[in-house]
Amino acid sequence: MELTGAEITIRCLQEEGVEYIFGYPGGAVLFIYDELFKQEQVKHVLVRHEQAAVHAADGYARSTDKVGVALVTSGPGVTNAVTGIATAYMDSIPLVVISGQVPTSYIGEDAFQEVDAVGITRPCVKHNFLVKDAKDIASTLKKAFYLAKSGRPGPVLVDIPKDVSQQKVAYSYPAAVNIRSYNPQVHGDVDLIKRAAQLLLDAKRPMVYAGGGVILSDASKQLTELVRLLGVPCTNTLMGLGGYPATDKQFVGMLGMHGTYEANLGMQNCDVLLAVGARFDDRVIGNVSHFNSVPRKIIHIDIDPASISKRVKVDVPIVGDVAHVLSDLLAVLHSSKQKPDAAVLKDWWKQIDEWRGANSMSYRNSSEVIKPQYVIETLHKITHGDAFVTSDVGQHQMWTAQYYKFDQPRRWINSGGLGTMGFGLPAAMGVQLAHPGATVACVTGEGSIQMNIQELSTCKQFRLPIKVIALNNRYLGMVRQWQEFFHGNRYSQSYMDALPDFVKLAEAYGHVGILVEKPSDVEGALKEAFARKNELVFLDFRTDSTENVYPMVPGGKGLSEVILAEDL
Amino acid sequence: MRHIISLLMENEAGALSRVAGLFSARGYNIESLTVAPTEDQTMSRMTIVTSGSDEVIEQINKQLNKLVDVVTVMDLTDGVHIERELMLVKVRALGDAREELKRISDIFEGRIIDVSDRTYTIELTGAGSKLDNFLQAIDHNLILETVRTGASGIGCGERILKL
Repeated sequence: MELTGAEITIRCLQEEGVEYIFGYPGGAVLFIYDELFKQEQVKHVLVRHEQAAVHAADGYARSTDKVGVALVTSGPGVTNAVTGIATAYMDSIPLVVISGQVPTSYIGEDAFQEVDAVGITRPCVKHNFLVKDAKDIASTLKKAFYLAKSGRPGPVLVDIPKDVSQQKVAYSYPAAVNIRSYNPQVHGDVDLIKRAAQLLLDAKRPMVYAGGGVILSDASKQLTELVRLLGVPCTNTLMGLGGYPATDKQFVGMLGMHGTYEANLGMQNCDVLLAVGARFDDRVIGNVSHFNSVPRKIIHIDIDPASISKRVKVDVPIVGDVAHVLSDLLAVLHSSKQKPDAAVLKDWWKQIDEWRGANSMSYRNSSEVIKPQYVIETLHKITHGDAFVTSDVGQHQMWTAQYYKFDQPRRWINSGGLGTMGFGLPAAMGVQLAHPGATVACVTGEGSIQMNIQELSTCKQFRLPIKVIALNNRYLGMVRQWQEFFHGNRYSQSYMDALPDFVKLAEAYGHVGILVEKPSDVEGALKEAFARKNELVFLDFRTDSTENVYPMVPGGKGLSEVILAEDL
Repeated sequence: MRHIISLLMENEAGALSRVAGLFSARGYNIESLTVAPTEDQTMSRMTIVTSGSDEVIEQINKQLNKLVDVVTVMDLTDGVHIERELMLVKVRALGDAREELKRISDIFEGRIIDVSDRTYTIELTGAGSKLDNFLQAIDHNLILETVRTGASGIGCGERILKL
């Protein structure tokens, strides 16, 4: 059977069970769009900007365990997609991005809408391909899906020149994929797992620090069982929230720059640290030499060997899939005669509870001005902690991470590594499409939302009843906070003048807008918004413009060198 | 410390730029980099000379292994190995210098591969330090141009880099 490259492309997506593809048409992908038109299995979601296509595919992938798929044209289509690709790369999100390319005979001639897509995306993809012959499309797409999802996940770009999408060749979809140079290790080393178990059982001040790898590996069940079995405190990174239930008493909160006092001091003072699918990021452990100044044994479980001993020297490096390794570790612990020492742990918990007593997440609510923390707490209450929550980047992101207690994985969707403003709304579109009946909220700021505000139009077209929770403080809040702390209150370019009337803007796009100016109206407005089950509601909360995110470990400082709200 | 890393990678367009891009993106040093297809036409072998602390070298090895096109990586410096580099030097060869250059070239086991009435082109093979020593040994003012391949390396005895 002979098919065109474009037909093959769509067939492959069908074979992979792709439900939604997020994209934007253009010259180089016209044949592929023509084939999309002729079938119904793969549903296309037309965004308003290619960056949003990739973020939407990303949100879809993060909230499910599937690969997100985006389709963009050559040239500006690809360059617009780059921010989305880099966002997914930094957070290890499985995506396949298909880009059109100018015809092969034009490549290198500076043709109209030509850009070296493979070259431009190389540093921010797991892998990429330029397909020069239609007979390679099926095997390349098969590899792309496999690479995206296996090992440490990540985005894979497949660049298809226009003439290749037109070319007719014989088609068959490969049943299996074999890449001789790529064999991710799934199972951890048995001896190392035994050593890890022994260290944890002998520890006096053990601590579990779990990151996004737990979510990606769908290992929160194993993690929860392990933490409870050991009776130890557990902290999650920004990317790991929901990996361990946040309302559980053994959860000490998020750690890092805006982590709780008890999580950060626990991290600094523990004698055995079990790091699970986390990478000792600068926003997590702060100053490396300060972190290393205290002796402790570190066990690190990660699927990516390059993440181990990258920033911090590790004593027990276990390369493998987090879910598999944790299952094996649990088996070793269950079969061991030695049990965790309750008396020793009691002393450790006494210390943890003392740090907890600092109440680092407390804030002073106000009846005059809306406190952003209060909005998030109320959001948690109204949605019974059961919503999918996306965010943009800045103060609102940190407050959501701190005050929305995520008890389940894949509910908290944010750009942690790259810190991409404009991520929240398109990501929420992908989440809502993946979970049609679910409650989806996008917490954002008046700065971030304007970076992809055009997607309100996509939301209208596809009837996505997202609730946009804008914490509007008239400032680029996180920038303003740093300027207050470290730049002598010189608020250089962080004040946003001439903001749009967001209520009217929402209405202009065919949605509902609600302005909320008083603390006493917060709960009612949220209730009203979530009662409108089939409509997108844009809530413009005018929040306290001077509020800061606490606690804060300033950049370059150690985890115990923290600024608490009460210090000021 | 200086390390010499050998790797096998898929002989595909763009594979070289993935390795070169990795080094520049992560701020690693490259002293030299050589690459050519092997007896198996689907694979190329690359030799990279780099330097860095033990931690940096460990990361370089891991990051290279992580590249999908890279089949296998060996740090030759971890064991006994041989490295060789080829250099071509064109020198001004007039009068007395003509005989002297020939003599020094012989000492270094060089070969004169091109002769004109005013120049010699000398071919030399050896470890990088030997080539450096040769350039030190001849009159600097006589050197017209030099071209070096960068080091190629191979493990000794049963140390074999193969798929």
